[in-house]
Amino acid sequence: MIDTLRLTAEEAMGLLKSKEVSPRELWDAYRAAIEERDEELHCFLSLVDRPEGDGVPIALKDVIGTKGIETTAGSKILKGYVPVFDSTVAARVKQARLPVLGKTNLDEFAMGSSTENSGFGPTHNPWDLTRVPGGSGGGSAAAVAAGLAPWALGSDTGGSIKQPASLCGIVGLRPTYGTVSRHGIVALASSLDQVGPTTKTVRDCALLYRVIAGRDPLDSTTAEVPPVEIPEAEDLDGVRIGVPPELNEAEGIEPGVRENVERAIELCLELGAETVEVSLPRSVEYGVPCYYLIQPAEASSNLARYDGVRYGLRVGDGTYHDMVERTRDAGFGDEPKRRIMLGAYALSAGYYEAFYGQAQKVRTVIADEHRAAFEQVDVLVSPTSPTVAFPLGAKTQDPLAMYLSDLLTIPSNMAGLPGLSIPCGLSQGLPVGFQIIGPQFAENTLFRVGHALERALEFDYVPERLR
Amino acid sequence: MAITREQVEHVARLAHLALSDDEVERLTGELGAILDAVGKVSELDLTGVEPTSHPLDLVNVARVDEPEPSLPREEALANAPDVEGGFFKVPPAIGAEPSA
Repeated sequence: MIDTLRLTAEEAMGLLKSKEVSPRELWDAYRAAIEERDEELHCFLSLVDRPEGDGVPIALKDVIGTKGIETTAGSKILKGYVPVFDSTVAARVKQARLPVLGKTNLDEFAMGSSTENSGFGPTHNPWDLTRVPGGSGGGSAAAVAAGLAPWALGSDTGGSIKQPASLCGIVGLRPTYGTVSRHGIVALASSLDQVGPTTKTVRDCALLYRVIAGRDPLDSTTAEVPPVEIPEAEDLDGVRIGVPPELNEAEGIEPGVRENVERAIELCLELGAETVEVSLPRSVEYGVPCYYLIQPAEASSNLARYDGVRYGLRVGDGTYHDMVERTRDAGFGDEPKRRIMLGAYALSAGYYEAFYGQAQKVRTVIADEHRAAFEQVDVLVSPTSPTVAFPLGAKTQDPLAMYLSDLLTIPSNMAGLPGLSIPCGLSQGLPVGFQIIGPQFAENTLFRVGHALERALEFDYVPERLR
Repeated sequence: MAITREQVEHVARLAHLALSDDEVERLTGELGAILDAVGKVSELDLTGVEPTSHPLDLVNVARVDEPEPSLPREEALANAPDVEGGFFKVPPAIGAEPSA
């Protein structure tokens, strides 16, 4: 009997290698878990019927283009779209012989922090079905937390891997910008989007990151990536940790979240790390405003391609212009419309300099502040999300409140930095995420710190109601 | 920072969105509130600061200029809502101005 709730991807690999379990048995175990629990969770938008590959199965967020498998980005405008080519990430997953279980739910076009903006209904948090799993990659995070997939891939623009990992009590890595190819990924904001793993453990995370990372001739924004090291050490000797007050004492951080994060920092000290005082005076205060200019601006441009001509929905048969406008009005949900409008406004004549131009300069300030901090420390730490998982519907009527869910993940994302979220405890019976940020290309440092802390924390990632 | 109904309608045309009256109404309020919040970036005096358009210092990537096979036509057209004679087919665009 395979306990998919507890089994890590690394352990699954071991079972396959020792032939204790056949690839088919492993696949069937996850399919059985999906049958049993996905009706109430709604992690998957589509399922693959037959395994392709004899490795550990994987789930992919539905922005990852998969040849022959419907890819919707959670939007009705792409309903029925079946890519005719694989994204580079999907090709690498295939090359590693990892069979794809299915495509996971998300906020439409990855715009959101709760998965409630999905065009196909929300995903529920496995720890408490009345609460959100976070977003946009709530489907991938909830699937891993609920044992429906041993590991999964997501994409992160403002926090879409880290924040759902935090709310679902698992591990999520947003890699350095440029380390993972975006060829064949549905684009949200191209100067920010990054694909990364969602897993139960930090070692699983490093193993999956090794599969997907690396330069890709089909994506000119990719860079050379240092060899990935699977973490072993269980101490933090010599590691300098920065605890910026702006990220740790920000308004809106729940007391229970703060307590758990403080305890994790104390544990880091016991493991041999030292803390250094650093600050990010403007990055946090101006991060969200800066992000909500740059991201919608880029999104409004990227989403111009959905015009009813080459793929996806088409509505209306009057003139070409009528058809395009009606298709977009019928196909996009409220949040994409809001962001397209905001972005088009910020880029329009007369407002460009004051909004988009100014935001790009703020971005320089944010990158410089982080660079200065990393002259003194190896990593920065903070809560991943200011709150634990919130109830479904709590923020759907207030877009600004929803945007603040990413208050603590956005600043480092603006600077193109990698960030790892690991669970560090429970508050009100719900998981709290611990964010570890590093300089560009310092994934190995994040894995080292995350692994040692994970061992010391002994957090049980199986949701209490499923134990 | 208030945004007017007319501005919302103008931006909707720029963005090719045929919004309903209700949507225009709602977005006028929502965008006003969001612009108030993001307008915070204008508080900072950033004279002389260079803009960042991309987080990595990458230079142009060139490849050898040799022809390679591309997507076959039938595959490129496979997801199109309407095709004819190996082309994407759309309603008439010339001589038909937008109705909005």
